[in-house]
Amino acid sequence: MKAFLMHPDEDFDTQRELPANATVLTQDLELNTLLGAMAAGDPLLFEVANRALLLSLQEPGAITYRQEILTDCLETPAVVRDLYALAGEALQAEKSVWGGLARDSPRILLRTSVNKMEILVKFLRRLREMADEHGSKFRSPGLSRFFAMLIEELGDEYFELIEGYINELNFKAGPLLSAALTTGNKGSGYNLRRAREQGFIERLLDRSGYSFTLPDRDEAGARALGELEDRGVNLVANALAQSRDHVLSFFILLRAEIGFYVACLNLNDRLAGKDEPTTFPVILPRDEVTLSARGLYDACLTLTIDQRVVTNDVDADHKSLVMITGANQGGKSTFLRSVGLAQLMSQCGMFVAGDSFRANACDGLFTHYKREEDETMESGKLDEELGRMSDIADQITPGGMLLCNESFAATNEREGSEIARHVIDALVAGHIKVLFVTHMFDLAHGFYEQHLETALFLRAERGSDGARSFRLAEGKPLPTSYGEDSYRKIFGKRVGTTMAAVTDS
Amino acid sequence: MPFDSILFDRAEDAKAAGTSTEPTFFGDLHLDQILSSLTADREEYELAPFFYHPLHSVESVLYRQHILRDLEQEQILGSVRAFATGMRRMREHLALANKLHYELQKQRWFLGAGAVYCSLVTAFVQELAAVDLDSPGFKSLRDYLVTYTESEAFTSLAAETQRTQDALAAVTYSVHIKGSRVRVNEYAAEPDMSEEVERAFAKFQQGAVRDYRVRFREYAEMNHVEAQILGLVAQLFPEPFARLADYCVSHAHYLDKPIARFDREVQFYLSYMEYIAPLKEKGLPFSFPRVSGRSTEVRGMETFDISLAAKLVHEKAKVVANDFYVTAPERVLVVSGPNNGGKTTFARTFGQLHYLASLGLPVPGRDARLFLPDQIFTHFEREEDIETLRGKFEDELFRIHEILSKASADSVLIMNESFGSTTLRDAVVVGTEVMRQIIDLDALCVFVTFVDELASLGESTVSMMSTVVPDDPAVRTFKVIRKRADGLAYAAALAEKYGLTTESLRRRIAP
Repeated sequence: MKAFLMHPDEDFDTQRELPANATVLTQDLELNTLLGAMAAGDPLLFEVANRALLLSLQEPGAITYRQEILTDCLETPAVVRDLYALAGEALQAEKSVWGGLARDSPRILLRTSVNKMEILVKFLRRLREMADEHGSKFRSPGLSRFFAMLIEELGDEYFELIEGYINELNFKAGPLLSAALTTGNKGSGYNLRRAREQGFIERLLDRSGYSFTLPDRDEAGARALGELEDRGVNLVANALAQSRDHVLSFFILLRAEIGFYVACLNLNDRLAGKDEPTTFPVILPRDEVTLSARGLYDACLTLTIDQRVVTNDVDADHKSLVMITGANQGGKSTFLRSVGLAQLMSQCGMFVAGDSFRANACDGLFTHYKREEDETMESGKLDEELGRMSDIADQITPGGMLLCNESFAATNEREGSEIARHVIDALVAGHIKVLFVTHMFDLAHGFYEQHLETALFLRAERGSDGARSFRLAEGKPLPTSYGEDSYRKIFGKRVGTTMAAVTDS
Repeated sequence: MPFDSILFDRAEDAKAAGTSTEPTFFGDLHLDQILSSLTADREEYELAPFFYHPLHSVESVLYRQHILRDLEQEQILGSVRAFATGMRRMREHLALANKLHYELQKQRWFLGAGAVYCSLVTAFVQELAAVDLDSPGFKSLRDYLVTYTESEAFTSLAAETQRTQDALAAVTYSVHIKGSRVRVNEYAAEPDMSEEVERAFAKFQQGAVRDYRVRFREYAEMNHVEAQILGLVAQLFPEPFARLADYCVSHAHYLDKPIARFDREVQFYLSYMEYIAPLKEKGLPFSFPRVSGRSTEVRGMETFDISLAAKLVHEKAKVVANDFYVTAPERVLVVSGPNNGGKTTFARTFGQLHYLASLGLPVPGRDARLFLPDQIFTHFEREEDIETLRGKFEDELFRIHEILSKASADSVLIMNESFGSTTLRDAVVVGTEVMRQIIDLDALCVFVTFVDELASLGESTVSMMSTVVPDDPAVRTFKVIRKRADGLAYAAALAEKYGLTTESLRRRIAP
């Protein structure tokens, strides 16, 4: 009996190690802002959403499975939230029974397991009632199957059966053990047996076998008898404790899996509250290189400011290199992040922040961002950057995607460009999609001059009055993106001769 | 040949070994270390006397070498090991049969011992029948075992053991506990509750689960509750328990003496084979030496000190092997050269090889020709603190004198830095004198010394030197090779390395 709400035929993996680049990705895409909105203060939701985001799905079908469940959830959010609460309550109640020192005594383990099982069975009954009441409201294959399963597996007969066992294991008539003789004539293979039903009179008249009674003062004897009973119930205590664990892990997984959708609901509430649009993305197979979006915006940015944020359109189908140049603070970084976030959100089955989004599934998303820290150690910085790129090279595979933000800016432009050229050439040839934000004209211009079918050049636009629009448009790299705007704003004049000199070089 | 001993082809050696004590040179040759490793975990066999008794006849050595060659066949070795393991288990059972308190327990452990014995002997004789035995020792053991296992005594023991075991194995019973009252009954196939519970919750199965089963400590002893229950079980099933009691009386002395003796003696071989196995695995050679009663020619290629090798292999360090040969008229190997260069190890190796050969064991190295000395003598510098230099020198001389008075032309002498604690002049003068006596004695000798002169006292001395890496004299190769004694060469090389030769030192101190 499994919830299977995250995958059609397997459990949500709550143990698998996160990819090696998880920390970097979290930092560069500011995932904690997004996760904070999804968690809405619940650490479990944070954890679940984090895993779902970072352990991306690759198969479009697997993504659709979640999208359909999420569509159901968006339509009937109350039942989904109730389900999450019920699972949490069951786990809380189970914990309230103290296990005692069950490790050495199967008798104690058996007794606590019986108590805990009594509690869990009550919650299973409530789950069943929920299925009866709401099951028919859901249309997604995932949720329909889930509720149908509850109805089928948790029938009244079944409850009778397990409550019967729980009752029996209280041993009102004392346990009956079977045994055989082993080396040294010691008893062995003790196992619990069901005694034949006997009426009171029949039991009274039963003279079969031989018996003895321990004297009241014989404490050592009582202990020995206790150990014998421990041996006898060892297997059944194990069986019941394991069953209890199974039921528990059913609730644990249910809570985690349904938790993902609750987290999505939370985020949806936040975005809808600002009238920011969301859309279910179309995800294509890995090899169909696609990236096109309308009204794409940075979900993290909008969660941190009051006004709505600037959106971008992009048409980069069949492009394996997208090079973004243009004015500082012209929205390049925001755009890069919005693409990264949309890719991650898509591949965990969520909606994305925008009006529409189409992309191929990527096999691992990586980021290589300029780091602001350690500004003083110029030479060390290039080492550090190269080191990080080398780490990425260790992990990235064909079909992967790399977002570069001002990479190799730690050295002079000629050197930085040369390094970057080598890197980009290698990655693109290796079927890795690269989005590269740079102000290195030498680099961007060099690629532009190659007139590659598979390369797209975007430029941060600026209005005619010089005010930044935060929008990107297709456009060839211009000789510089050095802080011309800032220069003019601060110096009150345009730059002229300096720029020409750079162009000539 | 009727089977008697797997170790001795002559009864007089067996008898002498029974009273042997540790030879005086054991410590000097590190044979004591080897022996203590060999016999660790084997105390019960009391193997030391076997190792204290060298053989002096070529036939006796060959008797053992032959047996060892058989044991080198994996199948035979496996069978012997299984036999030994079985005997060990049998003794554990017997020990419990003696130690425990309740009679029904004693009886069952005794039966267990009998069962182990019967099956191990049966398996052993079958396995020996299936392999090609070559040594007279093993062949006569096999013949003996065939006769023994076909005897009425053994077949009836085996049959009765099995019947009694089966009868007891069929006993199954139930125990019903209600408060302090315990009822014991025949088991009536009541249904298994654990299985039922597992089945009832199977639908929640979630993959790997924790194992909650408690591992109970199992003691051989019983408490009085168990004993009471066992008593009632015996009342419920009187027939198997009567059979058990019978068995213990009629088979009280089931153990065959020659088999018990074989069990002990074969450990002599197993212990040594086990000791050298890791060394062989590292590619170190072992071989059966050609032994003779005469010492005109001895040799050993790629030889090494096995106690040192065992240590080095354990530390994953390299083992350095050395070659030696002594051909008439040569009698004395005079070893000199830099300290810590492997001289003592070389001398020890020479002694070990001769001793191991006379135990009938394979020796470390290839292509060994060794002789069986009447005695081995060693003179190693003593550790103990003697007040004065003179006292120490005299003590050494006293010991050397004793050796020379006991040794014969058929002895092996290992002299290690015999005059290390005296003045050079004394060492030269006295050393020369002692060396001449050894030459006169005509004994085979290894003489480690820093006195170059001793290496060229006549046609019977051979000079060997420990060596260093030519370009870096601080690094020893631990190779000892035939080479003219030249104590100065090493000093010169070292001086060069540290810029202390006359020439360089002059340049350095020049303004």
